[in-house]
Amino acid sequence: MQFKENQTIYLQIAERISDEILLGHYAIGARIPSVREYAALVEVNANTVMRSYEFLQTQGIIFNKRGIGFFVSPDAKHKIKEYRRNEFLKTELPRFFMQLYTLHIPMDEIDSMYREFINNLTSNPSNQES
Amino acid sequence: MLQIENLEFSYHKKKTPIFNGISLTIQPGSVYGLLGKNGIGKSTLLYMMCGLMFPHKGHVTLDGVEVRHRYPETLEKIFLVPEEFDLPAISVDAYVRRNSVFYPHFDREQFDRYLADFELENVKNLAKTSMGQKKKYLVSFALATNTPLLLMDEPTNGMDIPSKSQFRKVIASGMNEQKSIVISTHQVRDLENMIDRIDILEGGRLLLDRDTADITSHLRFVKGASEADVEGALYSVSTIAGYSAILPNPTGEESPLDIEMLFNYAIEKPAEIERIFANPVK
Repeated sequence: MQFKENQTIYLQIAERISDEILLGHYAIGARIPSVREYAALVEVNANTVMRSYEFLQTQGIIFNKRGIGFFVSPDAKHKIKEYRRNEFLKTELPRFFMQLYTLHIPMDEIDSMYREFINNLTSNPSNQES
Repeated sequence: MLQIENLEFSYHKKKTPIFNGISLTIQPGSVYGLLGKNGIGKSTLLYMMCGLMFPHKGHVTLDGVEVRHRYPETLEKIFLVPEEFDLPAISVDAYVRRNSVFYPHFDREQFDRYLADFELENVKNLAKTSMGQKKKYLVSFALATNTPLLLMDEPTNGMDIPSKSQFRKVIASGMNEQKSIVISTHQVRDLENMIDRIDILEGGRLLLDRDTADITSHLRFVKGASEADVEGALYSVSTIAGYSAILPNPTGEESPLDIEMLFNYAIEKPAEIERIFANPVK
């Protein structure tokens, strides 16, 4: 696994597992690999992977059946998107706003660009998010 | 489990001592990264941990028993993979027959799995293999002994690139709550994400002995930053991709630990490192 430079490893692993759930790699209700199996897969210390699992558990994305393992929650996909939405609004949007502000780009210009973008997306179904 | 107390040692009476009061506790469930410059005493410390060498002062005990007595009950709990070694001119099976008997939890199935992972199944004569292959062989054997304490001196030296990746997989899957692994290394990049406690040996003392999570809660590591971003940095280097730096971390925000940078910072400014980590862990 190629790690990004500025995000802590356990969160990157949590993101990767979330992607795998969204892609249907691990079905809803299915067991995900054990901490040790996943640690070997991404070549990372098992304690770090344990933190990723704990994080996903507090987000309600996976749940633990004692002695059996970790499973994908029924509403995992919804929880993942909810988490990503919040993260986007909290961390990426302020950066975007800062750019708009420093480059003097008015909001109505962005608004019309966004409408056009959505139009293109919906007129071309292959681009659409499933 | 392994307790090192006030270790003192020097190779020559007149020279400055190599250890000047080293204390360290090795707890189960963690991978320790023992770091230090060449000749600082990393190997010597590993040898003392397994009773191969004796300190002039101080104690090394495993589950309360002095390691220097070399009781079988102690030695069956420790395995050392030295930096350089020879293997006898015998087959894998003969080696296992002769050596596994000393380790009550040796698991042949596990051993064969590691050999397969390292693509070492077809070795006929252990002496006639390359250094890298010998390393992979002994690491496989070491993990399969399932000793609570596993010491490895520069384990990735001599390994090719795919083997290093395989090594990380084998360590990650061979690790459990009962084991502790101490790895001395210069190749920090090889093991960056495998280590969960950092021990830096410098000037006869342990300059740093902390969990990686504890380090990143005190220090923030940034990469590819602009000059303005690294203002007030404790340590910084300029690279093609921008500045890499260690910054204070007042908010406790976590960032990925860069062991190489931490090491350079610690060696350059030992007093600062000691000040930052002076308070005992909460």
